[in-house]
Amino acid sequence: MSCLHAHRMFFVRRLVPVRCNGNHPLDLDALTGCLASSACLVTQTTSGFIIGMLLFLVAVGLTLIFGVLKVVNFSHGAFYMFGAYFAMTAYQYTGSFALAMLCGAAGTALLGLIFERVFMSRVYGADVLMQLLVCYAFVLIFDDVVRMIWGPEFKSMGMPAAFQVVPLFIAGGVVPPYYLLLIGVALVAAVVLGLGLARTKIGKVIRAAAHNPGMVSALGINTGLIYGGVFALGGMLAGLAGALAAPVRSLTPGMGFSVLIESFIVTVIGGMGSILGALIGAILIGMIRSFGSLGFPLFTEGLMYLFMVIVLVSRPTGLFGKEVA
Amino acid sequence: MTRTRKPGVSRRATLAMMGAGAVTFATPWVARAQAKTIKIGMPTILSGRVAQLGTSSRNAVMLEVEKVNAAGGLAGRQIEMVIRDSKGQPQEAARVARELVNTDGCELLIDAEASSGAFAVHEVARDLGVLCIHTNSETSALTADPKQHIPNAFRTARQGVHDSIVGGSYAAAISKGKGLKKWATCAPDYAYGRDTTGEFVTYLKRFAPDVEIISESWPKLFQPDYTEVVTKILQAKPQALYSCLWGGDLTSYIDQANIYALFNQMEVFAVNMADYTALTVVKNLPKGIHSGNRYIKTYPATAENAAWGDAYKAKYNEYPTNWSWENATAIMLLAEASKKANSADGKKIAEAMRGLKIKSPFGADGTVTMRAEDQTLVGYAIGWGTTIPQEPYVPQVQAGDWKTVFELEAEWKKSKGYA
Repeated sequence: MSCLHAHRMFFVRRLVPVRCNGNHPLDLDALTGCLASSACLVTQTTSGFIIGMLLFLVAVGLTLIFGVLKVVNFSHGAFYMFGAYFAMTAYQYTGSFALAMLCGAAGTALLGLIFERVFMSRVYGADVLMQLLVCYAFVLIFDDVVRMIWGPEFKSMGMPAAFQVVPLFIAGGVVPPYYLLLIGVALVAAVVLGLGLARTKIGKVIRAAAHNPGMVSALGINTGLIYGGVFALGGMLAGLAGALAAPVRSLTPGMGFSVLIESFIVTVIGGMGSILGALIGAILIGMIRSFGSLGFPLFTEGLMYLFMVIVLVSRPTGLFGKEVA
Repeated sequence: MTRTRKPGVSRRATLAMMGAGAVTFATPWVARAQAKTIKIGMPTILSGRVAQLGTSSRNAVMLEVEKVNAAGGLAGRQIEMVIRDSKGQPQEAARVARELVNTDGCELLIDAEASSGAFAVHEVARDLGVLCIHTNSETSALTADPKQHIPNAFRTARQGVHDSIVGGSYAAAISKGKGLKKWATCAPDYAYGRDTTGEFVTYLKRFAPDVEIISESWPKLFQPDYTEVVTKILQAKPQALYSCLWGGDLTSYIDQANIYALFNQMEVFAVNMADYTALTVVKNLPKGIHSGNRYIKTYPATAENAAWGDAYKAKYNEYPTNWSWENATAIMLLAEASKKANSADGKKIAEAMRGLKIKSPFGADGTVTMRAEDQTLVGYAIGWGTTIPQEPYVPQVQAGDWKTVFELEAEWKKSKGYA
């Protein structure tokens, strides 16, 4: 039986059959066995949430920036990378995990603000190709900046002592306490963001700016400030994701790239510009990876793309995306 | 108005005289310079994800070249290294190698490329006939396959099959002692990961036939998150895990598996753990991971090896890597062979190098040998041990038995149709 392997490219829709060296691409016994056992179910579900929630933090910034600024920020992965490096450096100097997270988030927010005001604001309304080129240039520049400051070799932040504890056992499933914190922080961010946009005055202004920036500007509201603020918020969320990932993932220049690709899949599935879409999309991708690795060990990666293709074909605007007027 | 010639020497004549003077004075200088220095070209990876390894190759070479030059050079000629970045791309490595010989006038090549690049540079060496020492490629076929054999190419790197035999026999002995029958594997999904895992499992099963592989994971190379792989392995409940993840992938994996307490639940064999690039980076290195030695200054436990590691650290402010000792060995062998041949000529050095045994800080018995039949390095220190979280990181290394390695290697060559 041949199996399918999808190329890792942006929005690829072509699946290429390859031979799989006699390994079984399907292991449905393992999957059904897992679904029948509470221990496995708990472990794999939390595993899916961990992958999903970090992805959500990156993807929601991407989708927010697109929703308001109408710019696809291809350099978004760099903010994830900077968040991780800022957190690691702060942790090395202070030894405080909370300060490390704060530095990761605040540092990237500032970086986002500067990046938007100085560079991105010049290409609004320009050709998409132009925006893409500016972003891509900064992907390379940011990677080299990291290489110059922190060096080309990989780094590790290390798990703070408070979380170096025995994992929890819930219904027989293994759940590390750090991951509970990680999921919690991401969920809080999702709720605050959702409520903030829906209920607060600033939220209303942002939504109005997304809908009709000309009118918002005519009403005397500084749209430049809103744009800068939204970009900073998006950068901050990606930076927070990077900071939260720093204790468990190795830090290298260019680490933002693979996260960016998966974030694009999430936004395509969830719908560009939709926060709820990003949340659901990210959790779905997390679950596909988590349960897919049991049932489809050689096709986990492809499964994500396949799912994206199905969504694109059946709902081109994504699960929660709105039709473009 | 008419042009008049001023008396004296014309501009044209001045230029002609200057030109003649330049030729007269410069030509012998160039000739003398050629006789005096010998250029050695070295393509390696100095940018991108594995730049650290390329840099450590360059560092080690420079450390040894300084010593050779201080002692008079290669048959009286000072060595001048010409080191270029291949960016880890095979076609670029081949282009750089060709240019080093044809344009820069390098008379010898040190090929400090990973396997993909090494095969490309090998073809350049075949074509140009220049003496070439492969220093980093561990792919066995590079020297084992007779089709690859050329008289002017040598290897001073480990060989994959040697590592698999030693690793397999070590793991089998632990397996028998502790009754580890159910094994899982986790390796990056590309040629190196697949081949190395396959060879390790072959020799593990040969020495411990009742071992069974109950779970295999093939994460992508450079995958950022291994959570689903970690939990999958936990579900399978193996007694032992083999992994040939390396570098940042290995440290990520360890950090992520650590918080699932994976290391308390099974014996872990990670062949690439005992390398300073990984050991010094992991902040919470678990105790008791089994690993093959890559480069570690405490094994072989000799004063020479410790001194070499310390000298490197003193000069570059970091520990050497596996690629470092392999590159240093190339220069040591070149120097000895040149001394033996009393020449810096590539053909004569090659002749002298075949079968040459030299004293080495990296030798299992204080020496390493360039085996004549396939022109690859043997007798280097090879062994396995378990980790502790601080220096010396791997306090006890159990030496591999070269006699067994030679026997099984010969058998392996027959099975591959190489012998």
